[in-house]
Amino acid sequence: MTALTVVQVGYGATTQDLGRPGFSDMGLGAAGAADRGSAALANRLVGNRPDAAVLEALLGSVTLRADAYVVAATTGAACPVEVERADGSVRGAASHEVLLLAPGDTLRIGIATVGLRAYVAVLGGFAVDPVLGSRSWDSLARLGPPPLSAGDVLPVGDARASWPIVDAVPQPEPRWPDEPVVLDVAPGPRDDWFAPEWRATLTGQAFSVSADSDRVGVRTTAATPLARSVARELPSEGVETGSLQVPPEGFPVLFLADHPVTGGYPVVAVLTPSSIDLAAQLRPGDPLRFRILG
Amino acid sequence: MTGPEVRSAGGTALLATFGSLADVVAFRAGLAQATLPGLTEVVSGARTLLLRFDPTTTDAGRLRSEFAQVSPVSAALEAHDTEPLVIPVAYDGEDLDTVTELTGMRRDELVAWHTGQLWTSAFCGFAPGFSYLTGSDRPLDLPRRSTARTAVPSGAVAVAGEFSAVYPRTSPGGWQLIGRTEVPMWSLERTPPALAPAGTLVRFVMAGAA
Repeated sequence: MTALTVVQVGYGATTQDLGRPGFSDMGLGAAGAADRGSAALANRLVGNRPDAAVLEALLGSVTLRADAYVVAATTGAACPVEVERADGSVRGAASHEVLLLAPGDTLRIGIATVGLRAYVAVLGGFAVDPVLGSRSWDSLARLGPPPLSAGDVLPVGDARASWPIVDAVPQPEPRWPDEPVVLDVAPGPRDDWFAPEWRATLTGQAFSVSADSDRVGVRTTAATPLARSVARELPSEGVETGSLQVPPEGFPVLFLADHPVTGGYPVVAVLTPSSIDLAAQLRPGDPLRFRILG
Repeated sequence: MTGPEVRSAGGTALLATFGSLADVVAFRAGLAQATLPGLTEVVSGARTLLLRFDPTTTDAGRLRSEFAQVSPVSAALEAHDTEPLVIPVAYDGEDLDTVTELTGMRRDELVAWHTGQLWTSAFCGFAPGFSYLTGSDRPLDLPRRSTARTAVPSGAVAVAGEFSAVYPRTSPGGWQLIGRTEVPMWSLERTPPALAPAGTLVRFVMAGAA
């Protein structure tokens, strides 16, 4: 069976797919790729079905060796990419293009220069053993195929839809490091738990991504916190991916793929799907702004 | 019972809010008997139901009007048809003294209170298999511990606020521990893996007592 061996992994990499929705009643969230658009693009580049598992690598930094011919592509965070042949010669390559690896070739994905999460797809998908119908690692529930370690052998599956039909797609436009990313939100469900000026507080200042952000959520800080108008405790309620949950400190936590099923702080607004993908690529220290739709 | 208020929660979900947990459970039971096209998942909360929908099949407006037609179903009626899950408990939790002090109950009264009522899994959260159980009797409304434990052992039986629960795995936790059980609340060897998903009826019994 065709497989890739993990030669090196830098900051953490997991397999992810569309997740395992439907277990909320049991206290288990869906997980799945944090930046769904980039994961879907990686699968599309190599010709996979949308449900194929990809690798999600924090800051890139992962090296894989193929034992057979493998079609691969990387998307998401901008990373240097190269292919080292079995004879030691190095072939230049790039993110967002379709790569053909020969037996013995090593795919080296370097450290991301822009963005946080790189995605690696291979034609057929990574066929590690699924847990409850999904190959997604859930960092909150600590469930699913475990994070990758050097020496792991990742079998290639049969989740192919076609051969690749494009060679490459444009890479996302690089942005200036200090230019804030703009995230769109729809108000609610608990916007009425905040003082009316919450809209001005949310849109009128830049927020900054905190260091303790992860797949559960992007934590933020800013100069002025959001003020509550309803002070009582919120009984735990179901929350959506993309929710801006506001803890007592007043700065939103942007829920990503591994968010808890229920939360006990009010959600002032919810990110649009494309803004969830943008949020999943934010690094600690990155500036961001919010824009309210409707 | 007043009708639920429905709020939007992003582009693909609605949040229905209720006055009591009993209303949540009743509307959840009502939803189970209705067919709402495009409704993909319902997530119960303590006073809410989150309704996730597939925007290619339905939209928020249509789902709102269809949900308005759903009638609540009383849990008491349901209970007649379903045998409750039985969880044997050894009542020797570390916080028993605190709980008896806070409630003014004796230990045997507390055990009688815990074993003498029918519990319903209102919703799950916090960890896979962690069911928030609501009782048919008066709740004790106990506060959480002022300092959370860093490691509550798996199988610990606890109470807090209007709920009781069994910790499915060793995890941090701030609830008052009254006992422990050998029954695993979560197991991947089982389908479904959670022992008491939302809606499950539960009865606690003294371990060793037949």
